[in-house]
Formats: sequence, structure tokens, C-alpha cells
Amino acid sequence: MSTQDGPLTETMTTPSTELIVAMEDAAAAARTPMWRRLLKDPQFVVTAGILIFIFMLGLLTPLLTQHGPNEADLSMVNAPVGTPGYPLGADETGRDIWTRLLHSINTAAISALIGAGVALVVGVIAGLVGGYFGKVTRAVTEWTFNLVMTFPGILLLIILMPVTGGDYRFTMLIFGVLLSPGIYRIVRNLVVGVKNELYVDAARVSGLGNLRILSRHVLFVVRGPIIIAGAFMAGSAIAVQSGLAFLGVGSIQIPSFGAMISSGFRNLYVAPTQFLWPSLMLGLITASLVLLGNALRDTLEGSKPKPVKVGRGQKVVERAETQQRDSTRLVEISDLGIAYRGPSGRAREVVSGVSLTIDRGQVVGLVGESGSGKTQTAFATLGVLPAEAIITRGSILFDGEELVGRTDKQMRALRGTAIAYIPQEPMSNLDPSYRVGAQLVEGVRAALGVSRKEARARVLALLERCGIADPVRTFDSYPHEISGGMAQRVLIAGAVASRPRLLIADEPSTALDVTVQAEILDLLRDLQAELDMAILLVTHNFGVVADICDRIVVMKKGVIVEAGATLDVFRNPHDDYTKMLLGAILDESTVRTDPAVVAPAEGAVR
Amino acid sequence: MTLLDVSDLRVTFPGRGWRAKPAEVLHGVSLTVDAGETLGLVGESGSGKTTIGRAVLGLVRPSGGEIAFDGEEISSLKPRDRRHLAKDIQVVFQDPYTSLNPSLTVGDILAEPLVVQGATAKDARARVKTLLDQVGLPADAAERLPREFSGGQRQRVAIARALAPSPRLIVCDEPVSALDLSTQERVLDLFIEIQRATGVAYLFVSHDLSVIRHISHRVAVLYRGDLVETGTAAQVTLAPQHAYTQRLLLAAPVADPVAQRERREQRRLALAR
Repeated sequence: MSTQDGPLTETMTTPSTELIVAMEDAAAAARTPMWRRLLKDPQFVVTAGILIFIFMLGLLTPLLTQHGPNEADLSMVNAPVGTPGYPLGADETGRDIWTRLLHSINTAAISALIGAGVALVVGVIAGLVGGYFGKVTRAVTEWTFNLVMTFPGILLLIILMPVTGGDYRFTMLIFGVLLSPGIYRIVRNLVVGVKNELYVDAARVSGLGNLRILSRHVLFVVRGPIIIAGAFMAGSAIAVQSGLAFLGVGSIQIPSFGAMISSGFRNLYVAPTQFLWPSLMLGLITASLVLLGNALRDTLEGSKPKPVKVGRGQKVVERAETQQRDSTRLVEISDLGIAYRGPSGRAREVVSGVSLTIDRGQVVGLVGESGSGKTQTAFATLGVLPAEAIITRGSILFDGEELVGRTDKQMRALRGTAIAYIPQEPMSNLDPSYRVGAQLVEGVRAALGVSRKEARARVLALLERCGIADPVRTFDSYPHEISGGMAQRVLIAGAVASRPRLLIADEPSTALDVTVQAEILDLLRDLQAELDMAILLVTHNFGVVADICDRIVVMKKGVIVEAGATLDVFRNPHDDYTKMLLGAILDESTVRTDPAVVAPAEGAVR
Repeated sequence: MTLLDVSDLRVTFPGRGWRAKPAEVLHGVSLTVDAGETLGLVGESGSGKTTIGRAVLGLVRPSGGEIAFDGEEISSLKPRDRRHLAKDIQVVFQDPYTSLNPSLTVGDILAEPLVVQGATAKDARARVKTLLDQVGLPADAAERLPREFSGGQRQRVAIARALAPSPRLIVCDEPVSALDLSTQERVLDLFIEIQRATGVAYLFVSHDLSVIRHISHRVAVLYRGDLVETGTAAQVTLAPQHAYTQRLLLAAPVADPVAQRERREQRRLALAR
């Protein structure tokens, strides 16, 4: 599987700091049971309350009414509201509106149950089967449901009236089948996503049968969207049943909102309120179902992590005093604090009082494990922190200019010209729908303001400089046509195009093979010397630091624990954490020497 | 005693797109794993190392060659007939974030393979307790969901799941690559400790030569679907014979500025040759 995907599959997904904050909040939320979270949502409570009340009324119909739904009394034709025995009046044939209203609730409930139920059963089963099993099964279900989808629903129901004999329950059964492609699509897509998850593979390795995997590992995971869709489908089943009855299709013996609205409609000028009651009730039920579906979605699916948004400038709590210009330092970060506000509202500091300096032409390695805040510090310097991040304190001086508190527009003037960036995953930073060259030319023109022709010439020269054998061919390639190592070279070429004074590299070689990593590090080293550019290298790999960095800064949980010249820190680490990290590096020379365990007892583990 | 015998294994993936040519990713690989030993399988992306593991697990169907486990040919078995192998062959995947079902508690995850093998709920619960203890997790972990654990802890859960049916072979697919440095070392030591205690054999797949060196008795180097070098861990990782293995060794940066400068020079010379 993964071997097909080219060189980027080694990508290591260590979680980012934001993710860790989000996960801790999610974990806290997970401990409250689902129903309790639902009960805290006012939208759920109100809509569920309304629906329960209405359907209870329906169930208690025999106790609440004195007449039959089709019992006509000619003396009561169009009786006004409040007539004794006829609280909501009577209709054009003298039937009690209150009675008919309650009976209509039951009709609606049965329609919803049959319609949504059939749609769910058919859609979920077909979706599980079609998504999970092989190509042939999927093709067959796909075709079947596409065919079902092409049927014009209402029309078909009307045409089939002779078959259904006007029984709305039979009609709803067919309508359920017509609705099922919607559910089928949802379930199939979810299953296709879930079935390649490693935990499903693990279940297969554990010897679980397909049925058990489907019910336990797949259906359980995709249940949320199905429940939500069920609520919406119940609403549309009621609406369609009413619509058909309004048109007069089906048995006239069955009291339903549609029939009542139709009758009220004919009597609109004589007794306008006859039209009002069923319409209100129908509106209330369908609106409640839709809002209930929305409330379920919010609770079951949770708030999805938002895509990182850049462009609002940096959110700052307290701006530092503008400091004296210090000409030897290119970057001077002092007492920087960055916090995230979780859904619960409390701010969590992920960087707490970081101070570091970078001289011109110096390569500084910012090292730490996941969640140490190293990337956050680098992003703050670039001015690309996500919108949820808040800079709580401190300052970042770049060439004597304060960066904290700048608007995005002001930062943009610096990014791409004086400060450049290369990312961890080169592929995700290239737009798949444009040629590589076009993307670089665009960047160069934005940064340098040169003509298209000149930009192209520059880009070609840069690609060649960055070790790409056939620059013209790469220039005309789409990102998917080049390898991960090549993509990183392309991005480096784009980054150094404007001869930046500072290059921020976030794990630039982590996602690459080790042989490619060595080449990329060589390239960075050469370019650094050639352009006398400072590099802030964010990494967790001490080998990379040893290879290229002049200085090293070690971070742990948002704080710098040690900083110094690379050789000094490697040879004489002072901080315990640094010592621990260096000690955890797997030795270069000792191999495993203990022999293989010979002839274990049957059954192996104790 | 040879536990796993892979001979002339070939795997072909269908090409992408309409009438695309199928691509062969393994061109006849042969290797063996003895009972109680670790065979390290090292290679870069696209080398086919993961595919070998998946073929052994029955998640990929080989297009040629044979895989024998304990003398029984298993590569051509139907999924239904493979079930009894679940007791003997287990897996630990790379990504501890997606290899555990997010909606099951750790206890359910660990009990599942046991219940499938026919254990009673009570036996399974007792076994889960032993397993959690064996991988160094607190006993109350059983009631919690995977997302409440860190990457290293989740990987311990995954190891416990693999150990549950007392297998004789565990395929480890980059099990420490997604972990932080300090966690990585501890998890590797756990693997070794478990092997000593239980005599389980590992087919240990990794792209990282230093990880492979740390855990393997023997090492096989894979390059673009071919096995280029096999030998003891010391032979292959300290004094490699094949040009590709040498390149791999020289490309890995040493965590020491002086030693790394030397290695860089060696690499330059080797490339210039």
C-alpha cells in the first residue's frame, strides 16, 4: 500500500502543540457521557421536548378526543373555534378539527418511522457492504443506487398509487427506498475512509470476521452521521406524506396534515383558522426535526479543528516597549509568550518566556520533543501563528524592527523577501493544480516585483543551483510528478530566491529518506555560506543539529532549558533534560549482542 | 528453528488509472526469521519493506513466491482459513494515533482478540490486566479511551494488543518512528524485554538504521524491491558490504558535531568515487 505512494510516506506524524491542546480538551469532553452533553445543549432540549410533547399528544389521542377522525356532523359544518365539543371548530364536512389534528400527528409519526426506518436500514446495510467489500460488490451497489436516485420521487409515488392501493404506509415504504441513496452515500464514504484505518487492519490480523469488523469497528465509528441523517429524513418523510395528501393522492380515510391543509385551503375565505392549525403543527414538527438534527450533529461530531487561518495579523495582549536597536543581532526574541484558548475558554500557555538570539549568517537549531513549543516560536517569528493563538507577552526584533503586533500586511512585506520559510512536508506546500514553475514565478514576482520573463529566468537558474538536474522539465512539472526530495529542493529554491536574511526551516528533512535528507542538508549548508543567510532550524533530530548548526537551543514544554554552541552542548550538557535527550540517542556503535531466545515453551507468553 | 520462511516473494500492485500497467514492488525476496529472534528489515520509502510485512500478515496478496509459517504455507490461504494464524502472528503498526479504534476503550481493544479466540469475558479481563502490567501501563488504563494517552502510551497499548493471544511472531511496522526520541528508546527497550521474557520473534521493519541496530539480531537491507544485503546486525550495520547499505549508513547523521563532520567527508569521498 504505502510503498505505492512515493517518497513522502515516511512522514512522521508527531502531534503539533495546537493538536495537543485540542486533544486534551477533547479528552476532557470525552469523559462526560454523550447524553449528558446532549442535555446541556439548549437546542437539543427544546426541540426534543417539543417533539416528545407533540408525539405524546398523538399517543394519547383516544383519551383527548370525543369524536372519530372521520365522524361528520352536518350540523357542525364549519363550526367556529370554541364550539362545545369542538375546541378548534369543525371542517367543511363537520368533522372535529382537534380530533383530526391529533390523528394526523400519528399519521406523521408512522410516516416518519417507516420512511426514515426503511431508508436507514437499506442505506446503512448497502453502504457497509458497498464500502467494505471488493470492487465488484461496490460497482453493483453503486449502479443500483445511482439508478434509484434518478427516479423522480414524488411522481413515482403518484404513479405507483394503484399498486400501493392508496395506503400511505406502503407509499412511505417506497419513499424510504427512494431516500436510501442519501444514507447509502454517507455510509459508503465513511466506510471507505475507515476501512483503510490501521485499526481495521489490526482487527483483521486478530482474526475477526468481516461481519464483526463491520459491526464493531466500522458501524460504531460512523454512527454519528447516520443518526443525524435519520432526523432529517424523518422530517422529509413527514413533508412528503403531507404533500401527497395535500394533492389528494391516497386514501381519503386517513387523517393527515396534508389533507387538513387542503381542506382548510378550500375554506380559506369562510373559516381561515381551519388552515392555520395543521400548518402550524406540521411546521413545528419539521422545524423541530431539522433543528434536532443540527443539535445532534454539533454534539456527536463535535467542533472540527478549523483549518489554520493566517491573515489577521498577530493577536497581542501586551505590546513590548520598542527596544534599542542592536546591530549585531539579526533576530532577538525576548520573553516571548504564546497561548491558546481552548473551547472551555481558559488560555493555555504553550510558549512561556522564550528568549533567544540569532546573529547574521548563523545557523541556530531549535530542538525539542513534540509539544515543546519550538514550532510555535518559529511561527511567531514568521508571523503565521493560527488565528486562535495569542501572543501574551514579549517581543521579537528582526534587524531592529519589532515584529510582535504587526498586521499581516506589514508581515507580508518581510516574508518572502527578508524572511523565508521551508516547511516539513514539501508536497503539502505546493498547489497540486499548478505547475511547479508557475508557483515559483508567482512567488518571485510578488517578492521582487520583476517581469514574468525575468522571474522565469531567475527561477530556472535557482532550480539548477539547488541541484535539480533538468530545471526546465521540473519547471513544467506538476507537483505529483516530482519526488519528495525534489519538491523540497523546489521549495528551497523558492525560499532563497529573494536572498533572505533569515531562513526558517521547520523540520525540513524529517519527511524525507535519510539519503535525501543528507543531500538537502548539504544544499542548505552551501546556500547558507553563499548567501550569508541565518537559519533557524526547527528539528527533533540531534544528528541534523550536529550536521549543520552553529548554536543549539533546547526547549521543553514552552521553556528554553539550555542554549549554547553546538559542540559545547553536545560535549558538556548542563541541563538534566538535555542530558536525558542526548542519552536517549541510539548509540552508533553498539549492536544488540544477546542471542535469540532459544526454543520457547509452547504458547510463548507466560 | 525457522519460524517464518519467505521465499521468492513477489507482490504486484495494480497500476493507477485506466489500463495502467501493474507495478511489481517486490521482485522475489527471500528471508527467514527464527523463533525468538529479531530480523530487522531496513530500507527507504518505496523499497517494499512494509509490503513484506503486510504480505506475511495476509493484508496483501502475493503475486508469486511462498510464505511458510512453522512449515505451513500461508500465502495462498483464504481469509477464513487464516483465522487460526491470528493466534500466532500479530502486528504493531507505525502510527499509534490511527492503529487504535478511537471509540473503544483500551480494555475492549485488548480483550477483542482474546474473545475472538474463544476466551470468556472473565478470563479476558484477567489477561488484559496482565498485559497492561507487562507493557508498563496502569491497571485503570483499561477503562479509558485511546485519545487520553500520549503517543508512547498508545504504542504500549498496541504492543499489548499484539501480545494478547501470545503470538510467536510479531510484525513491527515502523513502531517507533512516530515517537519522540526519549519515548522511542523506552519503547524499544520494552520490545527487547518482552522478547526475552516470552521468546516471541520480531520481523522489525524500519527506515532508521540506528533503530534496526538497536533491536535486531540479523538485518536484511531492501532496495527498490530487492534484498541487497543480509547478515548479522554487526556485519550489516557497522561494516556493510553492499554499496547501497554503505550509502545508507553514511547518510544518517551522527549526533556529534565532530563525528558528523568526519562522516560527511567520508560520504563526499564515497559519492565522488
